[in-house]
Amino acid sequence: MADPFRFELVTPTALLVSEEADQVVVPGQEGQFTVLRQHAPFMTTLKPGMVEVTKSGGETERFYVRGGFADTTPESLTILADEAVPETEVNADLIEAHLREAEEELEAAGGDFHRHASAQKRISDLHDVRRWIIPA
Amino acid sequence: MASLKDLRNRIASVKATQKITKAMQMVAAAKLRRAQEAAIAARPYAERMDKVLANIAASVAGKETAPELLAGTGKDDVHMLVVFTAERGLAGAFNASIVRKARLDARRLIGEGKTVKLFLVGKKGNDMLRREFEKEIGERMDFRGVRNIAFEQAQGVAEKLLTLFDEGAFDVATIYYARFESVISQVPVAQRVIPVEIAEEDDGEHAASYHYEYEPSEEEILADLLPRNLAVQVFRALLENAASEQGARMSAMDNATRNAGDMIDRLSLSYNRQRQAQITTELIEIISGAESL
Repeated sequence: MADPFRFELVTPTALLVSEEADQVVVPGQEGQFTVLRQHAPFMTTLKPGMVEVTKSGGETERFYVRGGFADTTPESLTILADEAVPETEVNADLIEAHLREAEEELEAAGGDFHRHASAQKRISDLHDVRRWIIPA
Repeated sequence: MASLKDLRNRIASVKATQKITKAMQMVAAAKLRRAQEAAIAARPYAERMDKVLANIAASVAGKETAPELLAGTGKDDVHMLVVFTAERGLAGAFNASIVRKARLDARRLIGEGKTVKLFLVGKKGNDMLRREFEKEIGERMDFRGVRNIAFEQAQGVAEKLLTLFDEGAFDVATIYYARFESVISQVPVAQRVIPVEIAEEDDGEHAASYHYEYEPSEEEILADLLPRNLAVQVFRALLENAASEQGARMSAMDNATRNAGDMIDRLSLSYNRQRQAQITTELIEIISGAESL
């Protein structure tokens, strides 16, 4: 079976997880990826989505993250999330609120192509999350 | 000599003051606990952020594409001093010590012929600095109505700073706040945030720095990471400051309560003495009146 590695999930206001994990699925900006032990050093930004942690004991836990960074080394994975909420506490209102913010950002972007595109991507990512939370 | 009535009034008023300082001390103690927890909870993020930043900085160092937030503008002419103070006083030397540090630095920089700009966060700093540095004070912000410092407030400050930096308003930015050491000790510190001060690795763990893959590119990650780092540093300053403020207020109010207690003792003593003197005088008057008959 997979060897465990150190996994940490931190937000500006708390250290949410700091323990050994077998496998973590991370919503990278350019695609979801799975981290196992001995992953190549890798740094990426995150899109809004779910982080799925398989702990050493075999149980899995999921968190909604709003964006941030993942720092992967062969021995550890550190996620610096802007905001992270355990799956059990995620509700539609939260996602809706984030969606509204993203939409405002889209309005504010105006002619700035880069900003416009990133806001649009954000909205579509958030829609994906919402679909996952409230099954149609 | 104050009359008995005056003394009585005086004692009553000092007692009322003591009640207020006592209440303020207890409120500060309760708030301190929360502020301290928040400051401690925010530390891991800031520490990891430092580490990540140090990693990337090592790989872009020296490259021409290194962003200005990291490498600086190449000049050192205009300094932005961001001074964080409290909204309220009655916290011992808390506000004064931060302001003193900032003021000394500002004078030194002006003496060296640099341009100094001040960005004051918190009402007290403005009250204390506006006389001497009226024309240097550019931006002002205060969190009057804000109960608990949240990340949004830090982001507000950081965004303002970034906008100013993008407009070329300054070359170097330093933040001033009080680091919370303990209830009786808060140390005013100055921390350079633009260009970023990269912490020296002391554990040697990352010495054999990894060759990272970046997604998206290093530059894009940095462009995202640096502003966020600024917000995190500001956030840390705000939280440390909040804890320091409550700590300082708590010990200041503890002192005030004790002083009021001493004063009440002294006043009661002289009140009793005077009362006795009055009784004695009256007795002598009565006795000597009786004797003369």
